[in-house]
Amino acid sequence: MMTETDRQAPNTIRSGFWADAIRGLIDISPLMAGAAPFALLLGSLAVQKGLSPAEVTLMSFTVYAGSAQFIAIDIWQTPVPILAIVGTTLLVNLRHLLMGAALAPHLGGLSPMGRFLTVSIHSDETWAMALRRAQTHGSPGVTPGYIFGVFVLFYLQWPFWTCVGAISGGVVDDPAAFGFDFVFPAVFITLVIGFWRASRQTLVVLVSLGTALLAYHLIEGVWYIFLAGLAGTVTGGLLFKGEGVSHG
Amino acid sequence: MDNLFSLQGATVITILGMATVTWLCRMTGYALARRIAITGRAKAALEAMPPAILTAIIAPMAFSEGIPEATAAAVTVFAALRLPTLVAVAAGVATVVLMRQIPF
Repeated sequence: MMTETDRQAPNTIRSGFWADAIRGLIDISPLMAGAAPFALLLGSLAVQKGLSPAEVTLMSFTVYAGSAQFIAIDIWQTPVPILAIVGTTLLVNLRHLLMGAALAPHLGGLSPMGRFLTVSIHSDETWAMALRRAQTHGSPGVTPGYIFGVFVLFYLQWPFWTCVGAISGGVVDDPAAFGFDFVFPAVFITLVIGFWRASRQTLVVLVSLGTALLAYHLIEGVWYIFLAGLAGTVTGGLLFKGEGVSHG
Repeated sequence: MDNLFSLQGATVITILGMATVTWLCRMTGYALARRIAITGRAKAALEAMPPAILTAIIAPMAFSEGIPEATAAAVTVFAALRLPTLVAVAAGVATVVLMRQIPF
């Protein structure tokens, strides 16, 4: 796609955009492969619950939040419990309050529209890749090209595979059979190790881990994500000992 | 399939409600963080967010599902400490697939 800026810019900048885009696509590709079977499954489960393929595809386009969508489909019935589903969705997605805040310092390299779109469609996976990039290359490394490569196809594949799953029905009965379900936690573990390697925030990780496991078992619902994310974040703040001092 | 393109009022309203609250969560934290000057302790907290949230999301998936998942999570942690990311992910996934063959 040639834009006005592309034509005016020197070649190096344009090739930089696509080189960054390919880098981003490579970085996100394992997570794309891991997410696709779940979108197929979501589509087929939704149809079993009485949603039409058009409806569940619309959901994947507009809500675009895997865990919230699975829970919504799980509690879906006729007549639709609108408030229960919307309320649960809000609860599952509270973590995006924290995630959006964490993105804020690193999007300076994007246009206002680029920032708006990036924040509007960040998922756990694409958010994690953007933050990882900021950590390894600094905020300037979060380039329009890199964001394009990480975000665009990953976003589009979700409604695409949802639709395929809804129309074909039951292509993937059990993503766990081939370990697809473990790609997501495995990649996230490597990301946690990467962040830990850079900052040695051992206590942050342990507090978050402990809070998540406790809350998961003690509190009904999905509070554990938000509570544990908050607990780890507060720990990071409490460990602050003044400028220039690293925390452990 | 007759209902391929069918859109029911209550369903569409529910979906748009889900989309709205999700989008508000995505935008609100970002918008607040952009308006507040973040230094010192707040900056340290913000820097702790990525590992804290990543850990929060996967903790039950990794350590509360069962022995195969917990073992695979441990394998992934140790592999990620010394090996490239993709190798660590492959090792974790392979471990979970193999361990699930064992009846516990």
